[in-house]
Amino acid sequence: MSEKELGKKLDRCLADSAVKLGAGLGLGIVFSVVFFKRHTWPVAFGLGMGLGMAYTNCQNDLRAPYLIQRNIKVIAKRQ
Amino acid sequence: MLRVCLKGANSAARKCLCGNGVPLHPLQQCRSYTSGGSGSSAGKIVAASVLTVGGGVGGTILYANWDPKFRANVEKSIPYSDQVFGLALGPAAPPPVINKPRKVEPVQISSMSEMWKDSKQPKAKEVEKKAEQPDAEGPPAPAPQETLEEASAQVAQILSAIGEVPSVPAPGTHEAEAVPPPAALKGVPAAAAKCTECEHEPAVKERPEGEVAARLAEQDKAEQDLLTSLSSNLEDALGSTAKVTLQAIGAQEAALQAIAQHTRQLREAMEAEAPPDKKSTQWRVLEDALSERSRSVDEAGAAVLKAKAELDKLRGVIDGAKHLKIAAARPSILAAEENLHSMVVDLDSVVTRVQTAQSEAKIVSQYSELVNEAKAQFQKELNSITPEIQANWKGLTGKLTQDDLNSLIAHAHRRIDQMNRELAEQRVREQIHIDSALEQQKLEDKKALEVAVSTALEHNREQMRLEQEKKVEETREVMEAEMRTQLRRQAAAHTDHLRDVLKVQEQELRSEAEEANPEQLKETEYRRLTQDQLDSFTLDMNAAYARLKGMEEAIDSHVIAEEEARKAHQLWLSVEALNYTLKTAALNDPTEPLEGAVQAIKESCAEDEFAQALATALPSESLSRGVYSEASLRARFYAIRQLARRVALIDETRNSLYQYFLSYLQAMLLFEKAQEAPPAKLSAEDLDTFKLLSYAAYSLEHGDLELAAKLVNQLKGESRRVAQDWLKEARLTLETKQVVSLLSAYANAVGLGTTMAP
Repeated sequence: MSEKELGKKLDRCLADSAVKLGAGLGLGIVFSVVFFKRHTWPVAFGLGMGLGMAYTNCQNDLRAPYLIQRNIKVIAKRQ
Repeated sequence: MLRVCLKGANSAARKCLCGNGVPLHPLQQCRSYTSGGSGSSAGKIVAASVLTVGGGVGGTILYANWDPKFRANVEKSIPYSDQVFGLALGPAAPPPVINKPRKVEPVQISSMSEMWKDSKQPKAKEVEKKAEQPDAEGPPAPAPQETLEEASAQVAQILSAIGEVPSVPAPGTHEAEAVPPPAALKGVPAAAAKCTECEHEPAVKERPEGEVAARLAEQDKAEQDLLTSLSSNLEDALGSTAKVTLQAIGAQEAALQAIAQHTRQLREAMEAEAPPDKKSTQWRVLEDALSERSRSVDEAGAAVLKAKAELDKLRGVIDGAKHLKIAAARPSILAAEENLHSMVVDLDSVVTRVQTAQSEAKIVSQYSELVNEAKAQFQKELNSITPEIQANWKGLTGKLTQDDLNSLIAHAHRRIDQMNRELAEQRVREQIHIDSALEQQKLEDKKALEVAVSTALEHNREQMRLEQEKKVEETREVMEAEMRTQLRRQAAAHTDHLRDVLKVQEQELRSEAEEANPEQLKETEYRRLTQDQLDSFTLDMNAAYARLKGMEEAIDSHVIAEEEARKAHQLWLSVEALNYTLKTAALNDPTEPLEGAVQAIKESCAEDEFAQALATALPSESLSRGVYSEASLRARFYAIRQLARRVALIDETRNSLYQYFLSYLQAMLLFEKAQEAPPAKLSAEDLDTFKLLSYAAYSLEHGDLELAAKLVNQLKGESRRVAQDWLKEARLTLETKQVVSLLSAYANAVGLGTTMAP
C-alpha cells in the first residue's frame, strides 16, 4: 500500500537515528576518555556527527522517489 | 546586535558573580554597571532595530525604483506595498503599447460627370454664337448660305461635344443612330418568332427553335458590336475633321483680315502726303503689315492642306463603313457624309474669298509700284535740271534765280509736250490694249467660270447623291415593314388551315368507329365476363395461400421467440450471479474472484457479441483477485486523507526534512471543512490539496465514488504518491461496476425485447 510507505520510512529514520546517535555518543565518550583528557567537546562532536548522519540518511530516504536515475532520460520541454 | 547580546550576557554573568562575591563596592559597581548597561542596551536595541528596519525599507524602495520587475514582485507579495511605492516613487510605468498601423483609406476619386454636365450648355451656346459670325461676314450666296448655316450648327454641336470628354458622342449623330437600332432589333426577334411558329406546323424537319433564336441572337450581337465600333469610328473621324476644318477656316479668315489691312494701309500710304519722318514710320508699318500678311497667308495655306488631308481620311472611313453593308448604320453614314459635304463647301468658299482678296491686293500693290516709279522718275529729272535744290522745293522760292526759274519752266513745258505726245500715243494704243485686255479677261473669266461651274456641279452631284441615298433608306424601311406584315398574315393563315384539317380528320375517324358490327360487341362482352370470373377465383386462391403461409411463419417465429426468451433468461440469470458475487466483499477484503461468474456468462451467451465483448472488458485484476467494495474504499479514504494532508507541501522541488517538518506544521495549523460540496467546474484555486480532499470526502459520503476518484486524481506531488494505491483500487472497482451494470442493463433489455405481449 502506498500510504503505508511513509510510515515505514519514518520508522526506519527513527531507528537509524537512534543507532547513529548511540554510536556517536559511544565513540565520543571513547575518544574523550582516551585522547582528549575527559573534555566534553568530543562527546558533543560525536553526538553531532551522529545526528547529522541520521538526518542526511533520513532525508535521502524520503527523497529517493524523486531522484532521477542515470538510466532514465529526461526530456525538457522547450518554452 | 551581537555586541548587545554579549554585553547582556556579560552583565548577567557579572551579576551572578557579584551575587556570589560579597564586597559592597563591586555590588555598587555591579548595580551601576547593570543599571547603566540595561538602560543603554535597551536604547541601543531600539535604535539598532529602527535603523535596520529603516535601512531595509529604504533599500527596497531604491531597488524598486531601479528595477521595475522587482517592484512588481514586491507589490504582488506584500499587500499595500503598491500604495507605499506610489507615494514614494510615483505610479509604475505602464508596459509599452504597440499601435496598430492606421489603415489608409482609399482616396475617393471624384467623378467628372458633374463637371462636364454643367459646362456643356454654356459652351454650346458660345460656339454657336461664334459660328454665326462667319455667316454675317461671308459673301452671300443662296445655296451655300443654307448649307453653311446647317453645317455651322452641326459643327458647333460636334465641337461642343468633343470640347469635353471624348466619350460623349455628337448629339445629332447619336440620336439618329440610337433610334434605328432598337427598331431594327425589334423587327428581327419578331421575325424570328414568326419563323419558329411556321416551323412547328409543317411535317418537314427544320432546325430547332432554340438554335435559330441563338443564331439570330448571335447575329444581332455581332451587328450591334460592329455598329458601335463603326459609330465610334465615324464620330472620332468627324470630330477631328471638324476641328481641323474650323482651324483652316479660322486661318483663312485671319489671312483675309491681314491682306485687307495691308491693302488699306498701302492705299493710305500712297495717297497721303505726309512729312518725311512720318512717311518712314508709315513705310515701316507697311512693311510690318506686309510680313504679317505673308505669314498669315502661309499659315492659312498650311491649315487648308491639313484640312484637306483630314477630309480625305474621313471620306476613307465613310467608304469603309459603307463596305460593311450594315443596314442599321446607314443613317449615321448618311449624316456623316452630309457633314463632310458641308465642311468641303465651307472650306472652298473661304479659299475663294482669300483668293479674291489676294488679287485685289496685287492690283493695289501694282498701282503703288507704278506710282512710286513715276514719282522716282520725276524726282530724277528734277534733280538733273536743278541739282542743288532739295526734295521739298515748295518752301524755297526766295533762293531760286531767274535762270533756274526759266530752266524749270522750260523743263516743265518740255515735260508737258512730252506728256501730250505720250497721251496721244496712248490713246492710239488704248484701243489695242483694251482689246487685248478684254481678250485676256475673257479667257480668264472663262477659266474661272469653268472652275466655278465644275465645283458647283460637284457640290450638286454630291447633294443629289445624298438625297438619293436617303430616299433609298426610307423605301427600304417601308419595304421591311411591309414584308413583316405579310409574313405575319401568312403564319395566321397557316394556323387556320391546320385547324380545319384536324377537325375534318376527327369527324372521319369517329364515323368509322361507329360503323363497327354490333355482333362483335356481344362476343367481346361474353369474353370479358369469363375473364372476370377467372380473375376473382385466382384472387381467392392467392389469398388462401397467403394466409397459410402467414400461419406457418407465425408458428416458426413463435418458436424462435421462445428460444430467444430462454437465452435472455439464461443471460439474465448469469448476470445476477455476477452481481451477487460483487456483494460478497467484506469490510477490508476484496470480493471473491469474479472469474467463475464471468465464465458462466460467456457460456450462456455464446452467440451474443455484445455480451461477449463486455465480458472480456472486465479488468483482469478483478477476475483474479476480486475488487474492493465501496464501503471499504470509503473507510480507507480517511487514513489517506490524513496522510495526504500531512505531506501536502512535499513535491519534486521541496522534499528536504525541513520541508517535511513545515508540511506537518501546516497540516496541524490549517483547518478546512471536513466535507465541502464540489463545484460544477474546478477553477485553478480549487486545485489545492486540502480543498480537493474535502470535495472528495463530500462526494464519497454522498456515494459518488467516481467523482471522488476524479478529485483525488487531481492531487499533486507526495500527496498523489500516497493516494496512488487507493486510486488504483477505486478505478478497478469503478470499471467492474460499470461493466456489470452494462451487462445487467443489456440482459434486462433483451428480456424485455423477447417478452410477448399477452
